[in-house]
Amino acid sequence: MLRAEKISKEFIRETKGTNRFAAVQETDFEISDGQLAVITGRSGSGKTTFLNMLAGLLTPTDGKVFLDGTDIYSLSDRELSRLRNQKTGFIPQGQTAIHSLSVAENILLPYTLYGEYSEDAEKYAYELMEKLDIINLKDVRPSELSGGETRRMAIARALIKKPQIIFADEPTGDLDDENTRTVFEFMKSISENGASVIVVTHETDSEKYADRVFRMNSGILSEK
Amino acid sequence: MKLKKNLPLRNLLGRPVRTTVLVILTALLSVTFLCGTLVITSLRKGLGSLEARLGADIMVVPYEAATKSDLQNIVLQGNTGYFYMDNSRLEKIMKCDGIGQLSCQFFLASASSGCCSIPVQIIGFDPETDFTISPWIKKSGGGQLKDMDIVVGNDLNAFVGDTLKFYGVECHVAAKLDKTGTSFDTAVFTNENTIKKLIKSSVDLKMNSFTNIDPDKTVSCVLINAAEGYTPEEIINDINIHVKKVKAIQTKEMISGVSDSLSGVSDVTGILISAVWILGTVIFLLAFTMSVNERKKEFAILRVTGASRKKLASIVLQEAVITGITGSIIGIIIGLVIVIPFSSSIESALNLPFLIPDISRITEYAGISLIISSLTGAFAAGFSAFRISRIDTGLILRGDN
Repeated sequence: MLRAEKISKEFIRETKGTNRFAAVQETDFEISDGQLAVITGRSGSGKTTFLNMLAGLLTPTDGKVFLDGTDIYSLSDRELSRLRNQKTGFIPQGQTAIHSLSVAENILLPYTLYGEYSEDAEKYAYELMEKLDIINLKDVRPSELSGGETRRMAIARALIKKPQIIFADEPTGDLDDENTRTVFEFMKSISENGASVIVVTHETDSEKYADRVFRMNSGILSEK
Repeated sequence: MKLKKNLPLRNLLGRPVRTTVLVILTALLSVTFLCGTLVITSLRKGLGSLEARLGADIMVVPYEAATKSDLQNIVLQGNTGYFYMDNSRLEKIMKCDGIGQLSCQFFLASASSGCCSIPVQIIGFDPETDFTISPWIKKSGGGQLKDMDIVVGNDLNAFVGDTLKFYGVECHVAAKLDKTGTSFDTAVFTNENTIKKLIKSSVDLKMNSFTNIDPDKTVSCVLINAAEGYTPEEIINDINIHVKKVKAIQTKEMISGVSDSLSGVSDVTGILISAVWILGTVIFLLAFTMSVNERKKEFAILRVTGASRKKLASIVLQEAVITGITGSIIGIIIGLVIVIPFSSSIESALNLPFLIPDISRITEYAGISLIISSLTGAFAAGFSAFRISRIDTGLILRGDN
């Protein structure tokens, strides 16, 4: 279970006048295993900042984030990194890939980082590539992929270790309607298998897959 | 699908242009350091060798030969030439106070015509009193020279057992000297009796510009070491005041020009090495900063998938070390190929004694070059990696940094 207690994030602006602004105002959040939560909101409303804080990628200005009872920001960098590797999957916004590796190698990256490669992992990578329709691109370099293909590769990479919780930031940004539906159905099936899934998205259709729907408005999170 | 090569290596292979530029840059630093160090060391060793070969505090020569450049041309630059003075002056010199060791030398230049095998400077010495050449011959494995035996310098194309002809007189090569990096490498040495025969023969053949000299009553120069408690300056003053038609010169003074030139070359080379290294370090910092900035998203992905700051820094450092070692090795090979085979050309170009250090010293310099070239790259990479690893991954993903 993931729980956030009174987390907020302020950034310093390098412009004249008010030099601090609150990207996310004090917020509590909780998601149980097997739930799919969707967070919608306008651009710049603080959705991504909020997601990054939950994922252990951005230290909150105030508040705490607990994963299975552990305050993740009290961990050392090594411990937090290991926790991210073992328990979380993250699908970032935009085109994200290690350009010197093939699609399959990119997907298996969470395993190879800690030398945990196994044939089962490879088998699962192929399975994910089949499901996401990128199996024929397994040996291709990311520079040769379209935006949608790169995004599907990032999804497979996030899911490869069958994480306990998945964070997805606009996972369908570059995808057409059919692929968008496939991805959300996929996310839904993963949550039904016991993982928590938090999706930040503009897709209004996404709400029909969600167990819980949140809206972020000027840094204030509210549940619909 | 397991990674066939580790991630840093894959990253380097995946960016061939960037990798090639970094390797070339490291090679440039390495070659500059190694060549510069080898040149300076070889020059210093050459000067040391020259000092050792001169082996005396004072050289007394006929006054007319004492214009510094003429003498230098023969002794330091390896030009062939000769001069003589009456040996009666030897007795007067010996009467001067403070003389510890004294020995005479005899010069003759062989000709390039049919009378001689090769045109070289021939230096004769008295084995009984000599204290400069005999120790050197002994060190090179040669023994006592018999009459008509000669010892050849290292650069001459003659070997032990060969027979060389000078002014119609056949001489037997008894030993070959070790390399000195000085003009002595192209000279021939022999004992007093042999050179007197050669001088007589050159006069008989009318090939000696001194037409009426008696080899038994002449010497070319006198080498002196000061006795304990006396300074060379005191003895020089004494000789120059009391012995006519000769000039006593301190050998240190004779090579002071070489020393000054060496110091100049060392300074310029040192400045050049420093400038290239400062420039190289700045370029390295820029290259790694640009590269790390360009790859920020990649580093964010590594962090997202579980790489710690330490692991991230280790990947960047490993890339730097791989390029550093590869570039350094290439630089070392280029440096050795430039300096060692072309040492004679460098010697001619600089017109200074040049003696390449031995293999262990070269290996030491190559090792130092490898370490500091690689460390410079690693330092620049480490600095960039440290900066990027301190930024919250979330900020990189948002593009706010």
